[in-house]
Amino acid sequence: MSHPSLHQLGVAELAVQLAAREVSSIEVTRHLLARAQAHQDLGAYLALNEEAALAQAQAADARLAAGERTPLLGVPLAHKDIFVTRDLPTTAGSKMLEGYRSPFDATVVAKLADAGMVNLGKLNCDEFAMGSGNDNSAYAPAHNPWDRSRIPGGSSGGSAAAVAARLVPAATGTDTGGSIRQPASLTGITGIKPTYGRCSRYGMVAFASSLDQAGPMARSALDCALLLSAMAGPDLDRDSTSLDHPAEDFATPLIASNSGAVSAYSESDGGQKSFKNLQGLRIGLPKEFFGDGCAPGVQAAVRAALAEFEKLGATLVDISLPRTELSIPVYYIIAPAEASSNLSRFDGVKFGHRAKQYTDLADMYKKSRAEGFGPEVQKRIMIGTYVLSHGYYDAYYLKAQQIRRLIAQDFQQAFTQCDVIAGPVSPTVAWKIGEKSDDPVANYLADIYTLSTSLAGLPGMSIPAGFGEHGMPVGLQLIGNYFKEAQLLGVAHQFQLATDWHTRAPAEFQT
Amino acid sequence: MSLTPQDITRIANLARLELDAPHAERMLQQLNGFFDIVEQMNAVDTKGVEPLAHPTAVMERVALRLRDDVASEPNQREANQQSAPAVERGLFLVPKVIE
Repeated sequence: MSHPSLHQLGVAELAVQLAAREVSSIEVTRHLLARAQAHQDLGAYLALNEEAALAQAQAADARLAAGERTPLLGVPLAHKDIFVTRDLPTTAGSKMLEGYRSPFDATVVAKLADAGMVNLGKLNCDEFAMGSGNDNSAYAPAHNPWDRSRIPGGSSGGSAAAVAARLVPAATGTDTGGSIRQPASLTGITGIKPTYGRCSRYGMVAFASSLDQAGPMARSALDCALLLSAMAGPDLDRDSTSLDHPAEDFATPLIASNSGAVSAYSESDGGQKSFKNLQGLRIGLPKEFFGDGCAPGVQAAVRAALAEFEKLGATLVDISLPRTELSIPVYYIIAPAEASSNLSRFDGVKFGHRAKQYTDLADMYKKSRAEGFGPEVQKRIMIGTYVLSHGYYDAYYLKAQQIRRLIAQDFQQAFTQCDVIAGPVSPTVAWKIGEKSDDPVANYLADIYTLSTSLAGLPGMSIPAGFGEHGMPVGLQLIGNYFKEAQLLGVAHQFQLATDWHTRAPAEFQT
Repeated sequence: MSLTPQDITRIANLARLELDAPHAERMLQQLNGFFDIVEQMNAVDTKGVEPLAHPTAVMERVALRLRDDVASEPNQREANQQSAPAVERGLFLVPKVIE
């Protein structure tokens, strides 16, 4: 029996139906693989995992039949192609890694597999996660399911497009300067970047090591909570920056709050405020996020969402993050500096592309790298090499790191006045593919609202908040203090219980 | 300040990237466009501010650790070399570097 609407189910709904044995994992997996094939023109997938996915689904069904009940058992997902996988090639969106096979699975991939999730394949992204539109992918641009002539955001653009088009209920993403939040915002889905260090970076192709962080992208805060519970946790032997902070069950408190029981938030759980509703919640609005640079349609959607939060009992507080504009040069010095170092491993010797013609070793390095890396990656390597070079290190790299500390301090100052911070994710809705490709800094400037959170290492998320210019989705950004993922997810969940923006799908993909 | 074509040549050499003339010219424009927005950093007084290399340094109760200096992974030479461009008898092949 076919279920034409299986792709409309999110993670939590699928989990309930799988547990009740109303559907099987193999049915869902077959359905979503066929759907991925039918929508290849979206450019969301770089590789499908057909055989292995069916085997994983069969194994999940056997465990379900034997009575095993864990929250994600048998639920399909797909991975951003920045996570290395044994089953499938890993390209990081680059010709440099065409055909590369990893001998191991990334920790996040292994954890989600251990939770019983079925891996449908690898998703498109900007080359080495460098970009805001997925148009820096060396393979093909991914398209926004709400309007195919527009970008889905980046760098986790394939993840966002796949979830928004109902090709998959959830996907992994990574966020270095906004690469989970911005595509989530531009495609009308929910995504969370946890505190830096909560998810292991082991097996994530490195871009900027002091910023890179993995997180889930799905249709709701609850679905993200289910995935994050399985993704986060210490990986002390394999990632030296993995935090020794226990994994949490982020989903159960959200489900418990569904009953509608009204009570003010309590501090009963060791200082981790849990919100049963939003009475007493102080939401800080940085004035720098609401200036002229933000499109009117985006502002209107964000303001309407904030009014909804007030109805739920929250109080809006004006705050300031005075170095918001500075976060652009600071980020675009620090991230390329780290990238130039990380990407020096691509030398055409141990793995990756090697040029066919060369005269000597140095020439082989230079030609292999020039052929293997795309223009944006080369540009960032050049910026990074320059700011780390003798005579410029203090003026650029060290100076940027000093301002980075001031930016982190600004947030701590702000959190004395509020519990969470809210604002837009992106100053505009999704732009046309190719629209910004000639301007060297236009893409960078569009990252203004997401960079500071990454520089400080704070958790942040994007939730659907309506529609702006051209009928395109707008996300609301929520930023919490360190380790406050449970609070962010709780706040987002209450909003999603009261609104239905997160349930909207592009007309073409509704049925 | 503005970068010169000589700067681009020097940086490209440090970065081990071959740039032909049209690419170098475009790179020069792109980098100069970028460093225009960097200038605003100069106006910030950072005297006495300790550089922040890593966000964990500002989180409370977080200490980075070192693990014991012992091999934690099995030998995976073959798996690790399966994606190498040129291998012979378990060794990576490179152009001759010593005459």
